[in-house]
Amino acid sequence: MVEFFTQTGLGMGLLLVGQVLLLVVPLLLALAFLMYADRKIWAAVMMRRGPNVVGVFGLLQSFADFLKYIVKEVVVPAGADRAVFFLAPMISFVMAMIAWAVIPFNENWILADINVAILYVFAISSLEVYGVIMGGWASNSKYPFLGSLRSAAQMISYEVSIGLIIIGVIISTGSMNFGAIVQAQEGGGGLLHWYFLPHFPMLILFFISALAETNRPPFDLPEAESELVAGYQVEYSSTPFLLFMIGELVAVVLMCALVSLLFLGGWLSPVAFLPDGFFWMFIKMLGVFFVFSMVKAITPRYRYDQLMRLGWKVFLPFSLFWVVFVAFAAKFEWFWGIYARWPM
Amino acid sequence: MIVFAFYLFSICVITGGLFTVVSRNPVHSVLWLILAFLSSAGLFVLLGAEFVAMLLIIVYVGAVAVLFLFVVMMLDVDFAELKAEMAKYMPLALLIGMIILMQFVMAFGAWETNAAAEGLRTQVTDLDVQNTAALGLILYDDYFLIFQLAGMILLVAMIGAIVLTLRHRVDVKRQDVVAQMMRDPAKTMELKDVKPGQGL
Repeated sequence: MVEFFTQTGLGMGLLLVGQVLLLVVPLLLALAFLMYADRKIWAAVMMRRGPNVVGVFGLLQSFADFLKYIVKEVVVPAGADRAVFFLAPMISFVMAMIAWAVIPFNENWILADINVAILYVFAISSLEVYGVIMGGWASNSKYPFLGSLRSAAQMISYEVSIGLIIIGVIISTGSMNFGAIVQAQEGGGGLLHWYFLPHFPMLILFFISALAETNRPPFDLPEAESELVAGYQVEYSSTPFLLFMIGELVAVVLMCALVSLLFLGGWLSPVAFLPDGFFWMFIKMLGVFFVFSMVKAITPRYRYDQLMRLGWKVFLPFSLFWVVFVAFAAKFEWFWGIYARWPM
Repeated sequence: MIVFAFYLFSICVITGGLFTVVSRNPVHSVLWLILAFLSSAGLFVLLGAEFVAMLLIIVYVGAVAVLFLFVVMMLDVDFAELKAEMAKYMPLALLIGMIILMQFVMAFGAWETNAAAEGLRTQVTDLDVQNTAALGLILYDDYFLIFQLAGMILLVAMIGAIVLTLRHRVDVKRQDVVAQMMRDPAKTMELKDVKPGQGL
């Protein structure tokens, strides 16, 4: 039996499909409840009740929404570029999903353990912008087009600072593999060994850049309802719209996973006497997701020029300076060598 | 499996390149170009050069192609007209293409290598070093000056581009963020008592 899965081509293929399903199905199921949690938290901050009709406490709201989306009619605007119009939501969804291939949940709990994992995630997240641009352009309509242009400029701007922040962590670790990054944060002191202490300013910057990169409030300018109706999604309905929604939320959860892995020690336990395990990773991701939702509820939307100024004139110079600083601190082992954790 | 992946990526590169040139809609051209970039990144992965593959995606697909797409979307150039004018130069282009092809054939057809020299070829770094680390070792140890010089040239080009496009216009209202943040909240609003029937 074991030979069938390790030796024959068909068996290996089946094993791979099984592993992928083991990741994707729980992820999509969790997503339904995260969507619900997002709305509940948002409602609680505003002293509303939030979804509470479908199922107990409204727990099945996301499934009801899902059914509603897929049975609606797909409306294609006149003069739209049909191929690109339908390609855009698919790209948005697929790009958000395939980045999970390199995200570990525990030691060796990973689909593809590649050396350049962090670059892979970065490359995939730089491809996500195409879903937005193509959707906006193919709709053949003014609001979506303006929304997609804004969004593209915004995502590219903040990608630059995200890249520089990641370089700081890579210099500290000496590897681009997530497993190595988490192992570098291991030590007797528990959470005192995690990167959020030496790289503290970058944790804040990364979080804010992640908000901008995933088009979450306060940086949700692409879909600013009061100015652009709903940005690039205006002309979308039914399942294509659902794909955009899922793609956005998966990207948010991916950013939660990245924050946990890069700065909060991944699956490591915060105190020495508790065992490490995948549940720590989930708890950390949920914690970061909670902050994401809170930010959505409590911050007003940025103006476009403020957004661009923040990205290029504040974040970019600061993260660039930080890369230089980390490089020196790691090379000369300043601060008792907390910046240099290369496995020697 | 690898052979299958190689042919898949190769066919995608060739199709992408072909349709980049043939397709009538310029935005479609750029999208086909992106397909070609992505597939060539796949080819790099098959070669074992995963770092170069990721850089190709990040730089070319993530940044350069987005700029192409921006420009093409905003300009609304009628490429069909441009192409019609281009037809005049077809004979010349064919001639140049033929000459280059013949040169290649002549150069590589007569190419002979000494078996002894081929045996001397080795990898420049240790085999057990990962290719990302190997690239870093070569760039920052052996070719440090040249690498920095390339960076300087790019920096000069960047500054040049900024200087060329920077124009200070005096008649534009600008946002001064520091002044906005330093404003006293108490003084931002003025309450006026409006009498009925009079206005201000």
